[in-house]
Order: sequence, then C-alpha cells, then structure tokens
Amino acid sequence: MSDARPKFDAREASKFFFRGGHTGWLGLKFTDQGDNWVELELPWREDLLGEPDRAVLASGPIVSLMDMASGMAIWQTRATFAPVATLDLRVDYQRPARERSAVRARVECYRTTRSASFVRGVAYDDDIDDPVANLAGVFMTIGADPRTGKVPGSEAGTGDE
Amino acid sequence: MSDIDLPAYARALGIHVHNIEDGVPVLTVEFGPNVEGRPQHYHGGATAGLLENAGYAALRARLLEEGREAQLKPVNITVQYLSAGKAQPSFAKGRITRLGRRNANVTVEAWQSDRDRPIATAIMNILMG
Repeated sequence: MSDARPKFDAREASKFFFRGGHTGWLGLKFTDQGDNWVELELPWREDLLGEPDRAVLASGPIVSLMDMASGMAIWQTRATFAPVATLDLRVDYQRPARERSAVRARVECYRTTRSASFVRGVAYDDDIDDPVANLAGVFMTIGADPRTGKVPGSEAGTGDE
Repeated sequence: MSDIDLPAYARALGIHVHNIEDGVPVLTVEFGPNVEGRPQHYHGGATAGLLENAGYAALRARLLEEGREAQLKPVNITVQYLSAGKAQPSFAKGRITRLGRRNANVTVEAWQSDRDRPIATAIMNILMG
C-alpha cells in the first residue's frame, strides 16, 4: 500500500500552524512529539493575565493551548491531517501556573474511531508530575458525507483546526 | 461594568462589554486574526476564552451587587461545541446556577446572529477565596 500524501508531522506542521490566527497571536511553540502525543508551549506574556493584581496566566489561554495540542495529537496518531471539530473539552485546574512562567501542554490521543477521537493531557510549568491542569476531550472528524459529498463543517463542532 | 474591569487577557483578545441585561454583562468579540482557527472560523480556544470571561463577568457582577469581595479561582470548565463559530461577532452571557459561600457554579452560552442557536455552552466551577 502506498499513500501519496506525506505523513503528518507535528514539528513540521507547527511551522505554518503558528504563523497567524489565534495560535499565532498566543505565540504557541512546538516542543516535543511521540507516536500519539504532542507537546506545545505557551510562552509567558504580560497581557494574558487573568487577574489585575497577580502575575498569573489566565485560564483561557491554557484551554487554547490544550485544544491545539489535542488537534495535533489526533493528526499525529492518525498520521494524516483531516480537519477535526471539538465536541467537548473539559479542563480541571489543579493550581495556578507560576508567576512569569511558560506553560506546556502534553496531550495524547488514546483512542480513535471512524468519526471520533479521544484525548487526554496535562498542562504544566516546571514538572510534568505536578500539573497545572488536566484535560479530557472528544473531537469529531470532519469528513465528506458519502451521501452528499458535502463537508458537514458547519453542522457541529467548531472546526477550529 | 466597564471594559476596564475585564482582565488583561480578555482585553488583549478583543473582548468587551456589549450591554448589561438584568445586571449581567453580555460580552462580545469581533471576528479577526486573534480568534481565527480554521480559515474564517473561530478557534475553539478563543470561543472558550469568550465563554470563560462571560462566566467570570457574571459572577463578579453578582458579587459586587451583594457587596462581597473575593478572588476568583477556576476549578474547572467544560465546553460543549454546538456549531462552527463563523466570521462574525460572537456574544456570551453567564448565568449563576448556584452561588455558595465558597464556590459558584456558572452556566454560559455563546451565540452569533441567532441567539436561539448557541454556538457553544460551558459549565464552570469557580472557587471564591
């Protein structure tokens, strides 16, 4: 069997993913990858604070970081780039990120079916065993509907990747 | 509630207060590169950011109304994505589903042109220290 399309590679893909848009604005960076996981970094930024009186990163950018790492972990696992839409994303915050600290998210895709992908991951600053947050998510593959040939992108999910 | 009261992250993303409904701020964000994921669509993270800020804004408004002062700490957020966020303004409003002494449960909805068809919803648990 041969596949003309090149295998998805998170390191290579991040070069154009983070050029612009929301993830470019956040300044996300690729840090590491495995067969079914991807790790990204959100650098420290003064204007992403969640509270006026504390130099602590808002929780919102951590959701963006983990959402993006989820999508890339799915493509890494499927070894191909097929648009996905976030259906459900849950983030549990264990503690605030340390002041002036970058945050990394390592997300693995632990199960894929024809139309769904399941992910879990952690966000951490210094030590991956002392996470800032845990993540669980379900994504849906946006494929062409065989009955109509149309891409049902606007029907469900954000289609954010 | 004025825009000044929104956190730096909300202002950086371009979120501002659209109006106040029954004492609850309705937040809005214009579509633009800051929030774009897939071309011409909102990034899921940006939608989550709008929902989360609307949840906090609703809670801050209620605490202010009750004369309570508290530092808010997120416990968790669960976001349900219902339809793609298109290249147009988005709005979000939170509802305090339960307000206790130490914690609050907040439900948030985000919509675009049709308020009866939300694009995403969220449930947040927030600790008040």
